[in-house]
Amino acid sequence: MIDLRGITQVYQGAQGPVEALKGIDLQIQPGEVFGIIGRSGAGKSSLVRTINLLNRPTQGAVIVAGRDLTQLNDADLRAARRDIGMIFQHFNLLSSRTVYGNVAFPLELAGLPDAEIRARVEPLLDLVGLGSLRDRYPSQISGGQKQRVGIARALASRPKVLLSDEATSALDPETTRSILALLQKINRELGLTIVLITHQMQVVKQVADRVAVIEAGRIVEQGSVLEVFTRPQQAITRSLVDEILPQELPASVLDHVRQLQGQLSAAGAGTDGRLLRLSYAGDSAYQPILSQLIRDYQLDLSILHGQIDEIQNQTFGSLAVFVAGSPSHVAAAVERLRTQGVQVEEVAVTTPTQD
Amino acid sequence: MFQNFSEALLELFAVSLWETLVMVGISGALGALIGIPLGVFLRLTDRGGVLENGAVNKTVGWLVNAVRSTPFIILLVAIIPFTRLLTGSSIGTAAAVVPLTIAAAPFVARLVEASLREVDNGLIEAAQAMGATTWQIVWKVLLPEAMPGIIAGLTITLVSLTGYSAMAGAIGGGGLGDLGIRYGYQRFLPDVMLAVVLVLILFVQAVQSLGDWAVRRLSHR
Repeated sequence: MIDLRGITQVYQGAQGPVEALKGIDLQIQPGEVFGIIGRSGAGKSSLVRTINLLNRPTQGAVIVAGRDLTQLNDADLRAARRDIGMIFQHFNLLSSRTVYGNVAFPLELAGLPDAEIRARVEPLLDLVGLGSLRDRYPSQISGGQKQRVGIARALASRPKVLLSDEATSALDPETTRSILALLQKINRELGLTIVLITHQMQVVKQVADRVAVIEAGRIVEQGSVLEVFTRPQQAITRSLVDEILPQELPASVLDHVRQLQGQLSAAGAGTDGRLLRLSYAGDSAYQPILSQLIRDYQLDLSILHGQIDEIQNQTFGSLAVFVAGSPSHVAAAVERLRTQGVQVEEVAVTTPTQD
Repeated sequence: MFQNFSEALLELFAVSLWETLVMVGISGALGALIGIPLGVFLRLTDRGGVLENGAVNKTVGWLVNAVRSTPFIILLVAIIPFTRLLTGSSIGTAAAVVPLTIAAAPFVARLVEASLREVDNGLIEAAQAMGATTWQIVWKVLLPEAMPGIIAGLTITLVSLTGYSAMAGAIGGGGLGDLGIRYGYQRFLPDVMLAVVLVLILFVQAVQSLGDWAVRRLSHR
């Protein structure tokens, strides 16, 4: 649906040219919700604006629904933009128009007759749950309601693509969830392709199918949300994932492990104690793997820390477990876990340096 | 108190009030007609505008400033040939409308430009994303969104024009200000002067109240 090829964007800044986007290639499939995440200044706003050519890239092709937008003349570009809806962080509603007038606005721009405008706007207001507020002005409604107006407005011209520029960043967590649920509903019911840029991993986790991580004008990592969450490759991705799924073990847990290891070595040889981080996703999440391990290898196993969560209906988890048993059994257990699709990583517990 | 108000003077008073209304009303309307598009043009060609063009913007801006810096009493006489060309005469109420309009237009333009600048760029961006033409952005986004500010600006313009119109006596434009100077000052009739001032105060109050009311009705921010 969207194919960005070699997008480079150079701005003339006060201190010479600034390269905001450095050769971005990105393919977004029809009907998917694609998240683009990055810190502020990473270039995500510039990137999303190239998709409807609000930003004309210095170099590269922007192909939406089979047409290269950079090759169109002004009139054709305006027509093509009607196939691409957009919602904004600060809503950008016209204060001089009512809720109804705002949703009708893009249809007026397209020159539709009043009767048809009405026939299209009314169901949209119902879809976003604002039927009763149609005659209010934007200043008289809440932030979440404003974004619903923004969504209805973006859908009015029946676009194929919806661009969301930090649409939930100005909203509280509960409103964010309800707006994201609405976007998901639209994605499913209307089959709309949605591109959302955000700095909040929570947003990506809740609605996106795939995600790209952008840093300093480059896409450094992309893949399915589950993949990126469970196996982040880049430092920036890890730090973003860490915000909602902390990977660092708390100090109290590490202290406890040190104690356990101390007790084991005091008890003499023959027993090994290791701290393992187990990450798993999908089917392996539902198997009674741990209880089998305990039974088959006569292990003592304590779960010290962890999260179990769901992304796109797939369960995934990350557990820190302390395993104690004979060294050969522990090694065999680790092997068994790996064959069952669980990622196993030994966490080194160093003695804290005395300052 | 108003012992000098003979019937003839009362009649003169009524005529003068009418002349003031004509001068302020017509030059205000014409000034808005020229000044609003000029203000829109300044906004569009300004840095970050839809039709950004530094050279054109600077030139027009300079011209606007030049007219605005010329003292009105000088403008009044300086453009007499132009006034005669348009109205066929260099004196009288109709003739006074020409310099008043020329003084009002750049004033309106700057006030309109300032209120257009208050319109969030995000709105223009949103309209562009929806496929709006420049023309549609002006008519459906910029002007409606800035309308309360524009009306407030026009109110200020009308009040300023009321003051300017007092100088129109210099070219026989008539009006209340002229009446006050000729009868109240030059013929020592202080009660005429007082009456003129009182009427002008009421007039300005009425204009301002009307403007404020319109702004309140239009503003939904």
